[in-house]
Amino acid sequence: MPSLWPSRRIPLAWLLLTRQPMRLAVALAGIAFAGILMFMQLGFRDGLFEASITLHKLFDTDLVLISPRTTSSVAMAGFPRRRLVQAMAHPAVAGVSPVHWNLLSWRNPENRATRSILVLGFEPLDPLLQDDSLRRQTPLLSQRGRVLFDERSRQEFGPIGPWFRQGRLIETEVAGKRVRVVGLVALGPSFGADGNLLTSGETFLWLMPNTPAGSIELGLIRLVPGSDPAKVAADLRRQLPQDVVVYSKQGFQDFEKNYWATSTAIGFIFTLGSAMGFVVGCVIVYQILHGDVSDHLPEYATLMAMGYPLRDLLGVVAREGLLLSLLGYGPALAAALGLYGLVRSATGLPVAMTNGRALLVFGLILVMCMVSAGLAMRRLADADPAEIF
Amino acid sequence: MLTLSPDSPEALSSGTSDLATLSVQGLNHWYGRGSMERQVLQGVDLEIQPGEVVLLTGPSGCGKTTLLTLVGALRSVMEGSVRVFGEELKGSSRQQRQSLRRSIGMIFQGHNLLRCLTAEQNVQMGADLLPGLGFRARRDLAREWLRLVGLGDQLGKLPHDLSGGQKQRVAIARALAAHPQLLLADEPTAALDSRSGREVVDLLRSLARDQDCAVLMVTHDPRILDVADRLLQMEDGRLWSADRPPGGAGLR
Repeated sequence: MPSLWPSRRIPLAWLLLTRQPMRLAVALAGIAFAGILMFMQLGFRDGLFEASITLHKLFDTDLVLISPRTTSSVAMAGFPRRRLVQAMAHPAVAGVSPVHWNLLSWRNPENRATRSILVLGFEPLDPLLQDDSLRRQTPLLSQRGRVLFDERSRQEFGPIGPWFRQGRLIETEVAGKRVRVVGLVALGPSFGADGNLLTSGETFLWLMPNTPAGSIELGLIRLVPGSDPAKVAADLRRQLPQDVVVYSKQGFQDFEKNYWATSTAIGFIFTLGSAMGFVVGCVIVYQILHGDVSDHLPEYATLMAMGYPLRDLLGVVAREGLLLSLLGYGPALAAALGLYGLVRSATGLPVAMTNGRALLVFGLILVMCMVSAGLAMRRLADADPAEIF
Repeated sequence: MLTLSPDSPEALSSGTSDLATLSVQGLNHWYGRGSMERQVLQGVDLEIQPGEVVLLTGPSGCGKTTLLTLVGALRSVMEGSVRVFGEELKGSSRQQRQSLRRSIGMIFQGHNLLRCLTAEQNVQMGADLLPGLGFRARRDLAREWLRLVGLGDQLGKLPHDLSGGQKQRVAIARALAAHPQLLLADEPTAALDSRSGREVVDLLRSLARDQDCAVLMVTHDPRILDVADRLLQMEDGRLWSADRPPGGAGLR
C-alpha cells in the first residue's frame, strides 16, 4: 500500500508539547490571555474611534461645512449661515441643510438628574439623516418645544423609550426650558455624546437664546447625482471665504476620528495596552519554550549525536512556536468574540470583530511565538553532543 | 529479515589498514589552556575492522570517553589522525562530522531515549536517518528492530514505563536502526543488573555481527569482557592491548 506522505517524520514538536499537557495548558492560557488583551485593547480603540462618528455616518449629505475653529463634535464653533446659501450658487449643489449643534443639559424625567445631551436643531422640512422613521416624524417638530429622543441614548437619560411606547406624555427640561418628547429615533450614543435629541431650528434657538443671529455649526450640502464631490469641494474651497472649512462626508468622519486619535490620549493608551499584551505574551511563550528546550537539552544533544543536523532541531523549536500560536489563537478569538458582545451590551460602544483585526492579532501572536522560539533556540547552542557520553 | 547493505566500500572488506572501519594514529588530546592544560590522550593508536567487537577498559578519568567522542566525530581532532570509514576527521568541518555521525551508532550510559516518544517512535528516530525510505518503511523497520531486541510487544510504551534493561534495549534498537557501520557504546550495562546487562551485550554483539558492524565498547563491567574479540586497556591516556579474556568465548 503506497504511503500518502512518504517523507513524513515523527511529529516531534507536537509530541514534545502534548506529552506535557499541564505545561501546554499553561502555555496556551498565557498565549490566549495575551491574545485577548490585544483583541480587547485594539477593539476598544477602534470601537471608540468608530463610536465618535456614530452620528456623522447618518447624515444625509455629500459635503459638509464647518467652522475652522471647530475641533471636534464636542466643540463645534459657529459660522455664518450665509455661506451655505453661497454654496447653493454652485450648479452641482442640489440642496443644503443648516444644522445647529450643541450639548445641552437634559433632566431625567424619572429621577430629575441632569446630564449633557447632544441637541441638533434643523429645519423640519430639510433632509437631515438617512433615516426613514425620522422623515415621517419631522412634521411633529414644527411646534416649538417638541423634540425627538434617541432611544439608544444611555439609560441615564431616563426610560424615555419604554414610557413613550406605553403612551405616557413625557415632558422634561432641556437647558431649563420645558420640552415634550413627541417621537423616538434610533441613532446611538457616540464617544462625545451619551445621547441625542433632535429638534427644529426654531426650538433650538428658543433653548439657546444667546446663539448669534444667523450662526450655525454644521452645513450639509447635497449634490446633483453624478457630480464629483471632490471637484465641487475644491470649487467651494476656492469660492467661499476662510471662515468655513469644506469636507466630504468621509473627510468629516476622518476629521472627528483624527481628533480622538491625536488630540486625546485614547489612541496612545490602547495601542500601548496592545503592545503590553504582545510583550506579556512574548515573555510567557519564551518562558515555556526556553523551559522546554532546557528540559530536553540532553535529548536534543542525543539527536545531534545521532547525526541530526542543528537545522532539524531549530525546526522542531520553530514548529513548537507555530503550534503554540495556532492552538492559542483559537481560544483567544472565541473569548474576544464573547467579550465584544459583553462590551456592546454593557456600554453600547460599537466594538466588533473585523477581519483585519482578527488577522492582525493572529499575525502578532505568530510573531510573538516565533520571536520567543527564536530566542529559545539560542539555548540549543548549549546542546553539545560531546557532553552526553 | 532485514536486508541492509553497507553503503561504504571500505566496510565490505577487512584486513588492510586503509580499509579498516576505524583507524587511529598518534592521537593526542588536551583539555584546558595555559597552566590548566592537561593531556588526556597520548599517542593513541587503534584499528578496528568491520564486524570486530573491541572492549575498552580502564580507570575513570583515563581518557576513554574522550576517545569515544573523538572517534564518534563529536569533538574535533587536535593532533594525530582519526579515519572513520576511510574519512579523515582531523581538520573536518562541522558539516562533515554531522553527516558522518549518521553512520555511527551510539549507545550511552544513560539510555538517552526521548521521553516524549514511545519505544517505537524512539527507534524510528534512528530509522528516520536512512535516506530514501517512506514513512511506513521506516516505521516497519523500527518495529522489526524492537522485535529483534525482544520488545515486539512494548511498541507503544513510553520510556517512563519501561525497565532499565528494556530502555537500554530500545537504545540499542535505535542505534542499529540507523544502520551504523560503527557502534560506540559507553558503559551500556552500567545501569543494569548482571542478568539484563549480560542479555544486552549478547544482543548487541550478535546484532552487530549480523550487520557486519564494528563495535567499540567502553566498560567497567568484568562480567561482560568475554564478548570481546579484542580487549584494550587504557591508563593515563595511553592504550595497551590486554590479554584476551579467559575462555575465549566469541573470538573470531
